[in-house]
Amino acid sequence: METLDVGGTPVEVQTMGSGPPLVYLHSEQFVARTAPFLEALAARFRVISARMPGFGATTLPADIRTVDDLAYLHLDLLHKLDLKQPTVVGASFGGWVALEMAVRNTARIGRLALIGAVGVKLSGREERDFADIFYLSDAEAFPVLFADPEKWAPKYAALPVTEVEQLARERQALAYYAWKPYLHNPGLRRWLHRVDVPTLVLWGDKDRFASPDYGLQLASRLPNAEFKIVSRAGHYPQIEQVPATVEAISSFAGR
Amino acid sequence: MKVWHFSELAYHPGWEELGPQLRNVIPSRVCDPKVAADLYHRYLDEWALCDELGINIMTNEHHTTATCIDSVVTIPMAILARETKKVRLLCLGMPIGNRMDAVRVAEEYSMLDVISRGRIEMGFVKGAPFEVTPANSNPATLVERFWEAHDLILKAMTTHDGPFNWEGQYFQYRQVNVWPRPYQQPHPPVWLTVNSPDSAFVGGQKGYVIGVLNSGYNRTPGIFEAYRKGAAESGRQAGTDRFAYMAMVGVGRTREEGYRRADQILDYSRTSRRVAAQFAFPPGYQSVSATAQALKSPGYGTGVAMRNMQLRNGKEVDVFKATVDEFIDAGICFAGTPDDVYAQAKAFYDHVGGFGHLLMMGQGGHITHADTVDNLTMFSKEVLPRLAELS
Repeated sequence: METLDVGGTPVEVQTMGSGPPLVYLHSEQFVARTAPFLEALAARFRVISARMPGFGATTLPADIRTVDDLAYLHLDLLHKLDLKQPTVVGASFGGWVALEMAVRNTARIGRLALIGAVGVKLSGREERDFADIFYLSDAEAFPVLFADPEKWAPKYAALPVTEVEQLARERQALAYYAWKPYLHNPGLRRWLHRVDVPTLVLWGDKDRFASPDYGLQLASRLPNAEFKIVSRAGHYPQIEQVPATVEAISSFAGR
Repeated sequence: MKVWHFSELAYHPGWEELGPQLRNVIPSRVCDPKVAADLYHRYLDEWALCDELGINIMTNEHHTTATCIDSVVTIPMAILARETKKVRLLCLGMPIGNRMDAVRVAEEYSMLDVISRGRIEMGFVKGAPFEVTPANSNPATLVERFWEAHDLILKAMTTHDGPFNWEGQYFQYRQVNVWPRPYQQPHPPVWLTVNSPDSAFVGGQKGYVIGVLNSGYNRTPGIFEAYRKGAAESGRQAGTDRFAYMAMVGVGRTREEGYRRADQILDYSRTSRRVAAQFAFPPGYQSVSATAQALKSPGYGTGVAMRNMQLRNGKEVDVFKATVDEFIDAGICFAGTPDDVYAQAKAFYDHVGGFGHLLMMGQGGHITHADTVDNLTMFSKEVLPRLAELS
């Protein structure tokens, strides 16, 4: 892990493997649990994963406040690393950031893979597209997030304090960026036609946080997207079904 | 010492039916508006009585809860500003980080101050953690928003030359111009509630009165000491008039009667904890380390969090089962005969280095109107004069 200066903002970046470039934008929770997924991707790609400000060790700068800021920051990161046509993979909250990047500028984005992406409001004002994890108890939230919560949900009492602190930090950062409007930008839907790169929309078949039907609707609103289900996965296929998720992305990216 | 009578205006008739949660998720069909109307009138009568007894008045607000149906702190104050004539009126307070319109806060406080002819004390509070959901106020930025609201409200109340512009991070207005201006100049006294040495230190730097609630025997001295350090750093010595401490108070002709009243009022302490963990620990409201500690605590996520109370020997007891003696030991309650209550308050006063305001919860839980009236009346005659001599 190294800390890069991206236009004055410190960004923690990890680079692994070799091959065509792949940029990974992490989900809102359980970031550390994606290590096996990133390692598997690194067998086929040069994987560049950035930790978004607030989610990791670096101090959250006062002028990084919104998902808009994260979109510009990561476009700047692609520029700084001089990445040409990387595959950009965004999971859940990271998928939202990836969409916001793509509606702004796809000059440095070769392909886009969205895993359970949030960020677009599709339903009416009295419905929600994403379960309210700040309203649910853990006992209610884990079965919503995982196909197999027994296996994957964190057991706080058994975890080291540093890991539990990391989970607390992730929830804090999620609230910081996405409390209101909750996990979406009301204006994003209007501009989805600008995502003019080949796009893969991957969804866990057991995702009860954002339903596969939502994923299908999202894919249908993107100009060049295919929709694919990952079996026996909840909202985080990159944690629960590593080989299938890696295979889907690799095949999409021609590896 | 000054004394303030405080009640949360509990809707206790719904407690049993509602079960383990009394906040955030409870359906309002359980609230019978006719019963609520009777309760409001009763509680307002008890506050109005304080004007005759020489006990000052304190109101607060909470949302979506049967523990407190005072959901707008300034509404009872508006009634009392007119209905009372002598005592001072403390709103502790207005959750200014959760109110989306800060200028409206300045208008409400100014208007109250004028109607009451300058008797308002103006509390600015961060609000309890479970308040962010009803307000949909982002807990991760609450402190920043709180202080911007504070700056804007004070500027709005003290600017008398026509409109000014405000384009901040959280509040934007083109013409701020509050009418009427406050009765007290430059503005009513400011109070904060604090619950940690860190926030007390900031209060000390600013010189405001701090209200310290439910912090008990072991934690309060450190909070007061941090305030004194903050004050000293700003070149001031913190007088006792800068410190307020809240306690449940039950007075009786006999110790048994005082204990019985306190025990009923202490249902406030027992019920205020009936909140699910996800509302007690919204993300970013507490520090990362405090949140992690909560996540690791036994029973997290299984129901009611934060049930423990610390006795002065460090032992933790469950507030749901604690006795009046244990609440007294923990510094949460003063109870018994007038002599008992005075002795306990004086001992606490000495223990923390003095405080100038007792925020007395003289009503709470299931205590009846007749008992509340007698509790307040006895207190005003037999305890208040002795406490008034302190500080």
